[in-house]
Amino acid sequence: MSVTGIGAAVRRKEDHRFITGQGHYTDDIDRPGQAYAYFLRSPHAHAAIKSIDAKAAAGMPGVLGIFTGDDLTADKVGGLICGWMIHSKDGSPMKAGPHPALAQGKVRYVGDHVAVVVAETLAQARDAAEAIAVDYEPLPAVIDTANAAQAKTQIHAEAPDNTVFNWHLGDKDATERAFKAAKHVTRLDIVNNRLVPNAMEPRAAVGDYDRGDGVFTLYTTSQNPHVARLVLSAFIGIAPENKLRVIAPDVGGGFGSKIFIYAEETVCVWAAKKVGRPVKWTADRTEAFLSDAHGRDHVSHAELATDAEGKILGLRVKTTANLGAYLSTFASSVPTYLYAPLLSGQYDIPAIYCEVDAVYTNTAPVDAYRGAGRPEATFVVERLVEVAARELGKDPAKFRMQNYIKKFPHQTPVIMMYDAGNYAASMKKALEIIDYKGLGKRKRDSARQGKLRGIGFSSYIEACGIAPSAAVGSLGAGVGLWESAEVRVNPIGTVEVLTGSHSHGQGHETTFAQLVSDRLGIPIDNVSIVHGDTDKVQMGMGTYGSRSGAVGMSAIFKALDKVIAKGKKVAAYVLEADEADIDFENGNFKVKGTDRTLDFGSCALQAYIAHKFNGQDLEPGLKEGAFYDPTNFTFPAGVHICEVEIDPATGVTRIDRWAAVDDFGVVINPMIVEGQVHGGIAQGVGQALLEAARYNQDGQLVTASFMDYCMPRADDLPSFDVGLTVTPCPSNPLGMKGCGEAGAIAAPPAVINAITDALGHEEVTMPATPQVVWRAAQKSIRRMAAE
Amino acid sequence: MATVSLTVNGKAVTANVDPRTLLVQLLRENLRLTGTHVGCDTSQCGACVVHVDGKAVKSCTTLALSLEGASVTTIEGLANGSALHPMQEAFREHHGLQCGYCTPGMIMAAVDIVNRRGNDLDEATIREDLDGNICRCTGYHNIVKAVAAGAEAMGKAPMRQAAE
Repeated sequence: MSVTGIGAAVRRKEDHRFITGQGHYTDDIDRPGQAYAYFLRSPHAHAAIKSIDAKAAAGMPGVLGIFTGDDLTADKVGGLICGWMIHSKDGSPMKAGPHPALAQGKVRYVGDHVAVVVAETLAQARDAAEAIAVDYEPLPAVIDTANAAQAKTQIHAEAPDNTVFNWHLGDKDATERAFKAAKHVTRLDIVNNRLVPNAMEPRAAVGDYDRGDGVFTLYTTSQNPHVARLVLSAFIGIAPENKLRVIAPDVGGGFGSKIFIYAEETVCVWAAKKVGRPVKWTADRTEAFLSDAHGRDHVSHAELATDAEGKILGLRVKTTANLGAYLSTFASSVPTYLYAPLLSGQYDIPAIYCEVDAVYTNTAPVDAYRGAGRPEATFVVERLVEVAARELGKDPAKFRMQNYIKKFPHQTPVIMMYDAGNYAASMKKALEIIDYKGLGKRKRDSARQGKLRGIGFSSYIEACGIAPSAAVGSLGAGVGLWESAEVRVNPIGTVEVLTGSHSHGQGHETTFAQLVSDRLGIPIDNVSIVHGDTDKVQMGMGTYGSRSGAVGMSAIFKALDKVIAKGKKVAAYVLEADEADIDFENGNFKVKGTDRTLDFGSCALQAYIAHKFNGQDLEPGLKEGAFYDPTNFTFPAGVHICEVEIDPATGVTRIDRWAAVDDFGVVINPMIVEGQVHGGIAQGVGQALLEAARYNQDGQLVTASFMDYCMPRADDLPSFDVGLTVTPCPSNPLGMKGCGEAGAIAAPPAVINAITDALGHEEVTMPATPQVVWRAAQKSIRRMAAE
Repeated sequence: MATVSLTVNGKAVTANVDPRTLLVQLLRENLRLTGTHVGCDTSQCGACVVHVDGKAVKSCTTLALSLEGASVTTIEGLANGSALHPMQEAFREHHGLQCGYCTPGMIMAAVDIVNRRGNDLDEATIREDLDGNICRCTGYHNIVKAVAAGAEAMGKAPMRQAAE
């Protein structure tokens, strides 16, 4: 391993600009002559719009244009789309209502887009928006996930019973047989709380239009600018792809929320032509709470069947998933194919059956948020397994190890073919780190101080690098899930890598450069990573689902192979040897068995000056591209153990220690991987202890600021003990699995299992705030007194 | 409109602004110092932290007109020429940032913690004092390590601190 190659904890190349305030985020971009957009949003959760009167507002100072849904329709601007088709049990396609970028006759959640004002300044746009008179006829609001299908009010005419689909996966009959044969059945009702992703950079967009050549440019906070261009072009109809450039510059965190194509960027880029000026919009935090796609929001009943020895026989779950008021870009995939196929966890479960009802409600759209479906599945599995172990009087770690899958490849009953893993190795290492043997003493020490101590396990699995394209297509995806790369070698041997992946905190400029440095034997500073601009990178699928390593870097790997192959041809001419006799190692092309070498930079120069060969035999230049489509999902897995101490007098839960042992396959940069784990755990702990997006019964979001929605802060969290085990992934050339979501997937059940262990009963809901835990602790105290 | 004169990163600045202009707007829009970020509208997240007369303030809730004669330091003014401030170095060395959006505010707040609490900071103190800055990426683990290391390094680099 070189100091900058694969496996080295290289300090990040991108950091200098961020620590000196020189980053380029979308809101930092101002275009000459720029105007500002302000969106008039619905104050009602559900209402018919009887009229919109913007006459007075249009005459106010600085106003350049006021537009409504009718203006978009007149310009043939289409609605927003959902790109994943799900079919119900009866074979019928999901029932989706239209999703206009600006409301058409009706608003369906607080924050829904009614009109846009474009003005010289943001203050003028805001003032004018207040002068728009909208005559609403309020309608009853449907809010509760569990009861949406029974509500008398229908949100979309196309979706009776507010139901988008009734979907299922698995073998119902086999699962029923497993439960009939069971010695013991564990039952749980589970609410997976609704979350707001809250990347620290709010969403923003700057639309620009060049009248000379008819080209639109959209600067936007996107995790996948090419997908944004594809959707804005092919479905929404802003402009053909060759007339629409999408740039996602530095993006300040995404966590899923910046995958989707939203109303605001659609309207800004369209309005730029309409008013003949660049148009900028930046969300304030309350707008982000109201209109960013939320995450999670499942209500489930789950059951686990075990035999007399504690072997798991079957699992079944019935879930209602809240998709909000409209179907966001990938909303339908989250509670289906990103959820149910993970219900086997790390366990050998012969029979699984899952039913999912997806409902519309008068709330913000719900879509992928860090983990997307996999945290919900893991919470179901790991709560069931933990509670089953307790009910059976078994040690939760041993019960897990008894039921772990031990042979690979392993075909689960729910689609997935796990390719590699060693789950017991992660468990054993995590038990050592947490000092499981010392737990009894620590519990007694806590008890002496009037505190309750508990330990919670989470053996999670996730599926990353969703692929191959043909397989996801057969499951309903509207896109392929490959990735592209282009390696451009300059005549002096420096390299630009153009990737379809997008970095918004993951450190691609460093890890991708490490791969190139490692393969080509050149200094890491000679490598630049280019991403996030559809005019530079031809096509790509972007970054989400922990796919940039396993898929994005594999594409670079493949392109590097082609560069080396071409370099060998050039070297053969220069070194006057047979191409078959040329080796490439440590940055040098070498004639086998001789000391004749050509370094990589010299080879590049020779490729461009083309003096040593003729253009008919070999094309000049050194630039290669590749598209990589994986052969399977990847399956990162690991064990997280959380130990908490609860003060029953206050209900405050303190996380005392955290052991995380993850198997991400081959790791390029352990420093960055550990950082991903830390951040993921923090978001999972946030879900477990602090965060909840709450609507009241009128559909008002009562947690629409950082005053009301409790984000994890430094003093809410401990430091984490992070370890790795490695089983290389056989499904891609680098052996990588992905690490971005593991913490967020693993953490919630670990925390809740620890709290319920401390309390001695299972009646704790997320988020386990001090109020929730205090009430639950009083119950524990009453029970202990009764005993 | 009203006029305000102040010093920003060592340079005298006079601006003619709408009286409701916030310091962060003056910095970002008038002076094009876009390193200072806005992450919320309730003074909770700390992405906008700058120093005014040597003390950390949230520039999203400070009126520009209240700063007549004040000296403001932003993330762009923290380094001494091409030599990074020890706290900047520490954030890079300890991977105390991912997306970078909260980072300028974190670094400015961290320097302020050291100015108030000294160079030998324990984990509990750092966590408590970072309460006004939210990061969604790092889980704070490496930020806490970076602040401790940066604090120690600042103690060994008195000249640089004085320059700041």
